[in-house]
Amino acid sequence: MSNISEALWKATGETIYMTLVAALFVLVAGLPLGILLVALDKGGIWENRLLQKVLAAIVNVGRSAPFVILMVAIVPLTRLLVGTTIGTTAAIVPLVVAAIPFMGRVVEQSLREVDPGRVEAAQAMGASAWQIIAKVLIPESLPSLIRGGALMVISIVGYSAMAGAIGGGGLGDLAVKYGYMRFRTDVMLGCLIILVVLVQLIQVIGDWLASRLSHK
Amino acid sequence: MIQLQQIAKTYKTGARQVDALRDVTLHVKPGEIYGVLGQSGAGKSTLIRCVNLLERPTEGRVIVDGQDLLALPAAGLRQARQKIGMIFQHFNLLDSRTVGGNVAFPLEVAGWPKAKITARVTELLALVGLAERANSYPSQLSGGQKQRVGIARALAAGPKVLLSDEATSALDPETTRSVLALLKEINQKLGLTILLITHQMEVVKAVCDSVAILEDGRLVEQGAVVDLLADPATRLHQLCYPLMAEAPPSALTGQVGAGERAQTGALAQPSPTLASNWPSHPGAALLGLTYVGEPAEQPVISLVARRFKVDLNVIQGNVELVGQTRIGRLVVEATGDPDDLTNAIAFLEGLNVRVEHLAKGGDQR
Repeated sequence: MSNISEALWKATGETIYMTLVAALFVLVAGLPLGILLVALDKGGIWENRLLQKVLAAIVNVGRSAPFVILMVAIVPLTRLLVGTTIGTTAAIVPLVVAAIPFMGRVVEQSLREVDPGRVEAAQAMGASAWQIIAKVLIPESLPSLIRGGALMVISIVGYSAMAGAIGGGGLGDLAVKYGYMRFRTDVMLGCLIILVVLVQLIQVIGDWLASRLSHK
Repeated sequence: MIQLQQIAKTYKTGARQVDALRDVTLHVKPGEIYGVLGQSGAGKSTLIRCVNLLERPTEGRVIVDGQDLLALPAAGLRQARQKIGMIFQHFNLLDSRTVGGNVAFPLEVAGWPKAKITARVTELLALVGLAERANSYPSQLSGGQKQRVGIARALAAGPKVLLSDEATSALDPETTRSVLALLKEINQKLGLTILLITHQMEVVKAVCDSVAILEDGRLVEQGAVVDLLADPATRLHQLCYPLMAEAPPSALTGQVGAGERAQTGALAQPSPTLASNWPSHPGAALLGLTYVGEPAEQPVISLVARRFKVDLNVIQGNVELVGQTRIGRLVVEATGDPDDLTNAIAFLEGLNVRVEHLAKGGDQR
């Protein structure tokens, strides 16, 4: 019994590790991507529709590849970056690659909710493009961005379960190897319950932060 | 202070081409409040957005405070915009910032030091009467208060010019009056030049020194408000006193439609068909009298009735203050001997009253 609970705790730790590190990278890359998707679009602060279309196309390609395929396809990249293709850290690479386009779209959607009149007011006051991003677009969409961020973290938790397939470890891995292959229903249930709690927690924190920051 | 020279703005959507502005030339003098009146779709918004180049005109020149804005590079234009305040119909305040933070925005943009910003924000909020609300968020304010914050924000960086894009159109009549009073106060206190666009005649009468009427992208009339109102031949006069129109000026009738007038708290106007429905008697005439300034102070009607054998029956009347000037507009039914009538009219004209014959008794219809 102690073996099982030990395994569960270890797997939980791995899942949290993969999720948090991946989320950090996704945030750092996804935010600028989303900003670019909006800023380059028609009427945007850096309007360049050709570049916008190219970027949007790349994002769409990234979003249409099923995660399992993507994971295998970018093995060379993973080896280049991490030095190995097996293990928890190696699993972070495909997680990040898969979630960046998703996050970019989430950020894009949040920024588009900002009333264009406010951007225009800032322009009328002589604000530069950077000032508009830092003082108008991001602060005005912050509650929405945080909700989108929670959505992103939750989907990384989901993807991370699949990363078990390349020996990524984590709760998904444990659930498949013990719960499914060895017919250990208790392990399966344990994994599920922990995943549900994790997802709930992320959602609750996200909602709480978003509503605290909203002054609408 | 603001000069627009032969501005044209054309939008191209596929094969279709829309001329939003055509050959618009106007000059706003320092310290005056200049109104551009027009119905929605006439190009007002495009016009005012051409002044700070939120829209770049296709043709023409935009000169604000001696600077040719179209010739400026991007950084220069941003600098120039800091000296052109703007307020909006829907306020465009930032939800993420407090009232004080909103007013501080243009100062942050202009790179003011923090301590100076705080002092300036306090000063401006006191000016617009919202000193206690510095830490509130815009969502906690009424529409009128939001517009006051908008005004404080527009004034923060010490602009020479204020642009007002339908700033009172989303407000109720009473709030409209208080916001207009504030604009007038700022105009007089700070000597600020104001260019405003509106579809509300009330706004023009309440605060504007000069006015231009925009129809279908062209300026069809411009001049001092008092002069235009005094002249029954002008469009402004006809819009203001629609009874006088033989045929209602087509393009703008929608804009002074009954609904809008009620909404803006404008005068209750009789239907434009009053003149044609007038039950005429032989020897009677329906006259329109317009008088400006001095004659408005005199009891013209009783003077005429006493001097000539003419009975005057006031059918419709209205005396109001436009800026500093009193303007009177009466529709009277005058009955009497034709000679007496002619003399009475000559007497009125001698008093600087403009007389129009709207209908004559015994007219065949």
